[in-house]
Amino acid sequence: MGNEPKIFKQQYKWVGTRPVRPDGVDKVTGRAAFGADYQLPGMLSGAVLRSPHAHARIKSIDVSAARKLPGVLAIVTGQDFPNLPSEVATGGEAPVNFRHVSLNVIARDKVLYEGHAVAAVAATSTAIAAAALALIKVDYDVLPHVIDVLEAMLPDAPVLHDDLFTAGVEPAPTQPTNIAARSGFTLGDTAKGFAEADVIVERAYTTQAVHQGYIEPHAVIAAMAADGMATIWCSSQGQFMVREFTAKLLAMEISNIRVIPAEIGGGFGGKTTVYLEPLAVALARQSGRPVKLVMTRAEVFKATGPTSGTHVWVKIGATRDGKLTAGEMVLKYQAGAFPGSPATLGGMTGFAPYDMENATAECWDVVSNRPKCAAYRAPGAPMAAFGVESALDELAQKLGMDPIDLRLRNAAKAGTRTLYGPKFLEIGYAETLIAAKSHPHWSAPLGPNQGRGIASGFWFNVGGPSSASIHINEDGSAEVVTGNPDIGGSRASMAMMAAEVLGIDLAKVKPMIGDTGQIAYSFLTGGSRVTFATGKAVCEAADAVIAQLKTRAAKLWKIDAANVQWRDGQAWSTLDDGTDRAPLSLAKIAHSAGKTGGPISGNVSINAAGAGPGFGTHICDVEIDPETGAVKVIRYTAIQDVGCAIHPAYVEGQLQGGAVQGIGWALNEEYIYDDKGRLQNPGFLDYRMPVASDLPMIDTVLVEVPNPGHPFGVRGVGEVPIVPPLAAVANAVSRAAGIRMDALPISPPRLLKAIDGARKA
Amino acid sequence: MAKHHVSTTVNHEPVEFLCETQHTLLDVLRDELDLTGSKEGCGTGDCGACSVLLDGRLVCACLVLGVEAQGHAITTIEGVAKGGELHPIQQQFLDDAALQCGICTPGFIVAAKALLDQNPDPTETEVRFWLAGNLCRCTGYDKIIRAVMNAAAKMREEA
Repeated sequence: MGNEPKIFKQQYKWVGTRPVRPDGVDKVTGRAAFGADYQLPGMLSGAVLRSPHAHARIKSIDVSAARKLPGVLAIVTGQDFPNLPSEVATGGEAPVNFRHVSLNVIARDKVLYEGHAVAAVAATSTAIAAAALALIKVDYDVLPHVIDVLEAMLPDAPVLHDDLFTAGVEPAPTQPTNIAARSGFTLGDTAKGFAEADVIVERAYTTQAVHQGYIEPHAVIAAMAADGMATIWCSSQGQFMVREFTAKLLAMEISNIRVIPAEIGGGFGGKTTVYLEPLAVALARQSGRPVKLVMTRAEVFKATGPTSGTHVWVKIGATRDGKLTAGEMVLKYQAGAFPGSPATLGGMTGFAPYDMENATAECWDVVSNRPKCAAYRAPGAPMAAFGVESALDELAQKLGMDPIDLRLRNAAKAGTRTLYGPKFLEIGYAETLIAAKSHPHWSAPLGPNQGRGIASGFWFNVGGPSSASIHINEDGSAEVVTGNPDIGGSRASMAMMAAEVLGIDLAKVKPMIGDTGQIAYSFLTGGSRVTFATGKAVCEAADAVIAQLKTRAAKLWKIDAANVQWRDGQAWSTLDDGTDRAPLSLAKIAHSAGKTGGPISGNVSINAAGAGPGFGTHICDVEIDPETGAVKVIRYTAIQDVGCAIHPAYVEGQLQGGAVQGIGWALNEEYIYDDKGRLQNPGFLDYRMPVASDLPMIDTVLVEVPNPGHPFGVRGVGEVPIVPPLAAVANAVSRAAGIRMDALPISPPRLLKAIDGARKA
Repeated sequence: MAKHHVSTTVNHEPVEFLCETQHTLLDVLRDELDLTGSKEGCGTGDCGACSVLLDGRLVCACLVLGVEAQGHAITTIEGVAKGGELHPIQQQFLDDAALQCGICTPGFIVAAKALLDQNPDPTETEVRFWLAGNLCRCTGYDKIIRAVMNAAAKMREEA
């Protein structure tokens, strides 16, 4: 570890440059086709009937009047879907239970949250579909409901699932409960560690449920032919996930479904599961016509996403000179109506940036009458980091230490054992702290009512199955086909890596996203995996192409392939036999491919291992208005170890976007329920995401500590940047106000109340 | 229900369409005229993804009824480029990597064009407040604001 961040010095022709993205023109001219932009001949309009109640038993559903309405061609209810046994799915970002996915897509005996789908119709117009919904009579027996996570854990709370018994506790419970699971991690002996501490901080932190907030609502068109072959056009984070989940929920063969990925208008984890697709296929099957379903924004808020609201208790001890001696965390996460909150991921990530000999995390997954949680960018990590990074800020204040120095003193490095088990290999956390400390932002003066916060964050980053095909065209240009929806510029990075390895002009490389019939299986776009894992597949496919190109050149030259080298996009003979062989370009070899063995292509499927963990450190300045409680972010710097930035502009974009989502989480965004369990703010006016006038420029620093597991040193970058901002903002506000803010969002009423409370005290 | 006959101008071309009373201009653009570049992110005028110009004035197409287009001139994202030549704002969005998923991009470009048409030299604060009606969840707005400022500078040079 030196005084300067390590920089990956190797020079490349394309990697590290900022070319215009290949899909750019389509996206600035309106040509790009997103989920709702497709139209098919004979297409019907669908609509979904949703529960008005937070918790109710369905006594009966009468669709007879709706069926008689002219123009209604199909109606489905829970009865049209097979009841599935509990079975854990692998296609999503985190393990999910198909039984729960199925019950979430359409309710059977009970509705478990306002917005839970009850029936779906397909009709010849949207107006007729809406009229049909109004004619469906659902007889509900309304049940007591529970929204708050702590209340849901109480013994007398209304129970959502009669068959849910807490997993992970001994002895096994005999009564059903809303507590789906307990999990935990232990390292060393925290009692011993706290006994060695000179200073201990301890506090409970709360965060509210927030939505991913992608601007494109979920949309799908499904068609089914008389032979049972279904085709689905939809926006998702994984066409193979949609195929697997839809097949499972409808008891279909995977080979009878083809999924064509539309452009995706944001996902952030929220499009790693299915909502509309099985309904659309069922309606298409019944009607014999293509069916289009598009959610309204209110449906998106009520029935998709969000991520958990949480209660996180943190206790950390340190010696007088700032060595952390022990840390404990108890995390209680809302799962929504079905088990599966990211509580365990919170427990794994919270202490991960620190070398701690003694630590524990106890994680509780709790259901309540809210929409089923979906993954949201570094699922579970931001809330745990809010607790831990706030606690470290409080600790630094008590110790009279610079908060960066406290973190540097304890920063995890290569060889540090994590609370969740493995030891880190090459990581660049300390480098982000050093970059933060030397950044002009850290030493800039602050004005009245202003405060500066710093916080760090960790995400694992994942690899997994990815496929890539590179086809060399007759003129020497190349198609790069992969199976991952491009959610933020990955076509550009795929093309750049292919051009770099092949040694040809980037303009000659055309990236394409294949549908499920055009490319082999690829795990979805999530876990910050695409540039790493799919990029690795692209590099290997390019290597396979080069191997063929060398063989073809050897044939043309009538020499042994061992005597051919590939360099700068050309084959070079290394044979010193007196014959002068001019290098053969890729274009020349491609042109004569017919004479040397036929078309040239490289097809690779891998299960990518070696994803490099990512760390970030953010600095935030705020100015508070003590009269109104309003908080304005006035300066923000996001620093991250990105391994190697293939296209730095889009890497910066990930840091900026993640930081701003985190600012929204910290300051404004929350799900607000009334006493009947109905969401009160299912629209962008009242669920207030940050807008341009709320924000300053978001400065970025890309630290590049190469990941040895990738040909160019890539680490995933998408998720880390949402982990630090909750605490970075809260620490800044806490220092500006002189009051520790331990509950998010720090909305004006909440801050004003804290300021008034402090004045009275 | 009888449909209304509407005569209007879309992207400088005369256009006629039939629509129901409750259909918004956005419904008509997308479903009747196949101009799907304008996006529906909310349907309530809160996200700006359907931004179009109505007689040069910036509006959310989801808040205008189809029948209200009668006799007016509408510019959508599809009409911003001149034939095969991108508008400087479009080019600058590409050069500055001012988009990630791209769903909000048409709305931002139309809104930015409306700003620069009336104010060729806006301050950063003016750009931020003008574009406050357009939501982007991917970029944190940084590169969008820079692209609009840079496009404005280039347009001033060329003017």
